[in-house]
Amino acid sequence: MSTALGKTGEVPVNGASPEKERWTPLIVAFCCNWCSYAGGDLAGTSRMDYPANVKVIRMPCSSRINPLFILRAFQRGADGVLVAGCHPGDCHYTSGNYYVRRNLSLFRRLLEFSGIEPERFQVSWISASEGDKFAGVMQSLTEEIKALGPNGKWRDSRWQSVE
Amino acid sequence: MPRIGVFICWCGTNIAGTVEIEQVVNAARSFPGVVYAGDYRYLCSEVGQKLIKDTIKKENLERVVVGTCSPRMHEVTFRKAVAEAGLNPYLLEVANLREHCSWVHKDPAEATPKAIALVRAAVSKASLDEPLTALMLDVEKRALVIGGGIAGIQAALDIADSGYTVDLVEKEPSIGGRMAQLEKTFPTLDCAACILTPKMVEVAQHPNINLLTYSEVEAVSGFVGQFDVRIRSRARSIDPSKCTGCGICYEKCPAKVPSEFDMELGKRKVIYVPFPQAVPNIPVIDRENCLYFKRGRCRICEKECPAEAIDFEQQDEIIERRYGVILVATGFDSMDLTGYGEYGYGQHPDVLSALQFERLFNASGPTAGQVVRLSNGRPPQRVVFIQCVGSRDIARGQNYCSKICCMFTSKQAILLKEKLPETEAYIFYIDLRTAGKGYEEFQRRAAEEYGVIYLRGSVGKVFPEGERLLVRGVDSLSGRPLEIEADLVVLAAASVPRRDAPELARLMSINSDRYNFFDEAHPKLRPVETHTAGIFIAGACQAPKDIPEAVAQAGAAAAKAVTLLSKEKLQSEACVAKVDPARCSGCLHCEAVCPYGAIAATETEERVRGELLTRTVAEVNPALCQGCGCCTMTCRSGSVTLQGYTDEQMLAEVDALCLQR
Repeated sequence: MSTALGKTGEVPVNGASPEKERWTPLIVAFCCNWCSYAGGDLAGTSRMDYPANVKVIRMPCSSRINPLFILRAFQRGADGVLVAGCHPGDCHYTSGNYYVRRNLSLFRRLLEFSGIEPERFQVSWISASEGDKFAGVMQSLTEEIKALGPNGKWRDSRWQSVE
Repeated sequence: MPRIGVFICWCGTNIAGTVEIEQVVNAARSFPGVVYAGDYRYLCSEVGQKLIKDTIKKENLERVVVGTCSPRMHEVTFRKAVAEAGLNPYLLEVANLREHCSWVHKDPAEATPKAIALVRAAVSKASLDEPLTALMLDVEKRALVIGGGIAGIQAALDIADSGYTVDLVEKEPSIGGRMAQLEKTFPTLDCAACILTPKMVEVAQHPNINLLTYSEVEAVSGFVGQFDVRIRSRARSIDPSKCTGCGICYEKCPAKVPSEFDMELGKRKVIYVPFPQAVPNIPVIDRENCLYFKRGRCRICEKECPAEAIDFEQQDEIIERRYGVILVATGFDSMDLTGYGEYGYGQHPDVLSALQFERLFNASGPTAGQVVRLSNGRPPQRVVFIQCVGSRDIARGQNYCSKICCMFTSKQAILLKEKLPETEAYIFYIDLRTAGKGYEEFQRRAAEEYGVIYLRGSVGKVFPEGERLLVRGVDSLSGRPLEIEADLVVLAAASVPRRDAPELARLMSINSDRYNFFDEAHPKLRPVETHTAGIFIAGACQAPKDIPEAVAQAGAAAAKAVTLLSKEKLQSEACVAKVDPARCSGCLHCEAVCPYGAIAATETEERVRGELLTRTVAEVNPALCQGCGCCTMTCRSGSVTLQGYTDEQMLAEVDALCLQR
């Protein structure tokens, strides 16, 4: 039966454990330019290691992140989405992260209502000096989502990824 | 579809060592719109940049994507290169293949597909890039310095000497700050007033400095080059053009209150100058305590003033002025010690903070330079100094080291020994930190020449015992408990930010650390700039500092400020928000969230069924907009967009990243 959400086809979760072991989630991370993206740069400069399945999109400020972008990532097959910005109180633009914090906490409830596990959408405050935190968040996020398996909710089944 | 060129950088082996460059280049060739893909060993080098410029011309490229280090590193470099080839600099996108890929993933089998995905995303975004133009903005050739302590004085003098006009705003009735309260300075034992007051006078007489004492900054808006600042110059109740500074008014004034300058040890009159060398030498009437303002009777000063300068009707003056740069040098406070009841501070008159003790040495201080016990007026036989009161105290105080206390305690012990050679001086310390030119030697002199006794350990309690104080502590080197009878106990209180520092930080949108010290833009490489362009910091408002450091930082901040002021024009942010008036409903939610006041309502006319209608819509001032994009998220109709980061571009980037698993 097709629902209002369209044919958000069920993605079969493989029961066979070796394949499950090999499966890596696709994670899209929206990072603000001034703190979290810079924290990512620091993780790089410090040669920290984190899983390659996390891919970062640079935003001027976390407050630029429209919930639409997050939904789009889930539609296109992302298994997890991270939003990262400056610590509350430290926003480069003074107050942007306060707005995004409120906005996204509402949005998270919508996601939960629509059946997405809350772990799949996370918000983290990472400063430009927290390269270790950046790498740590990417690591733990990957592990958590790996345990959940692929995401089927919101997914546009027509979307074909290339390997 | 525009013609896109992709350039992948090896960065020596930094990228090429982990990412299979050839695979990335081959993959890039297949991306929609890509007409050229190539690689080079060091793209940021002159040869590399030439390759980009030549290829733009040869292949007639309309967009450029580089796969290099972080855009925070070299985006500016490549934008310049692209612009030199005749392309709009904002038609360039950077895929971060180094910091976000090759340096954090060890396995080429993982790093290479990720690099391809990142380049694909950059290509998708680039295909939707539009040419952008930054505005060239005027620079107001005037500087504002907030705080008239030694750092603010030095910065104001340096900027003024470069030929620019400076307004120096000081909250107190006189400039001078904390340094004016000191008797001597370490490690040379220069008299503080002797080296400070000539500088204060220089400020007052400098043709380029406009001194605003008894004044405070109330509001700051605008941006680098054009800060609009509102300053409240409080009513002194004295006409400065008539006052001669003769001092008869405060001689005759009948009302007395504790003197802030003497750390509440002495009294001052209600019409007063804070100290004899005050600049300007014009008194103020403290209206809160003045008998006339409180009860409507007195006016003795008015009767006595030979110059008829007293003006009870004077009003606060509001000054609104534009500045190109702002330099903040608001200094520090001595920590409030009321939480340290075990030392008896505030309960016993012979327990003093270090700054209070300093005032006892001063000839114009509360005891006229006599070092005596305040309980009985007799000279002390033994003084115990306790260091790190509040500093390095995770439980109750500040985690940091206040940096100056080891030195000023040694200085005060030496001053004490010089004044009262028979008096014993004991110093309780946790660690002695004497890094600085001549500092270690100075501290050694205190111990070896002056016989000051240093005790490593801490004090648990100070309590009265008969006429004296009993200091109970522990010598942590021998592990033995100690009891010392003392006549005076001096507490080296931590240096903390000014109480109103958080408010000032908010006014100016600058960052502070967890203690409310103002944050520099980079702890090593941008030590005097803040995250807000055009606002600089100097002195102890950034972290505890001694005088030489504060002066050095002030000079550095002044140099940075002058660099900005000397520019004819400044380039504004090009990636700014834009409203589509046809779709805007005029709800103005965007205006409410804009941190820069860059959005305002405007009227638009449109023809509906032959009728001309006027309606309200939002409009972005591109000179004020800093490009955060917060407005875009609040817009219900999606009529605000952030150029350079449009919804279409962000979605294209998401699509591209998800396409490549």
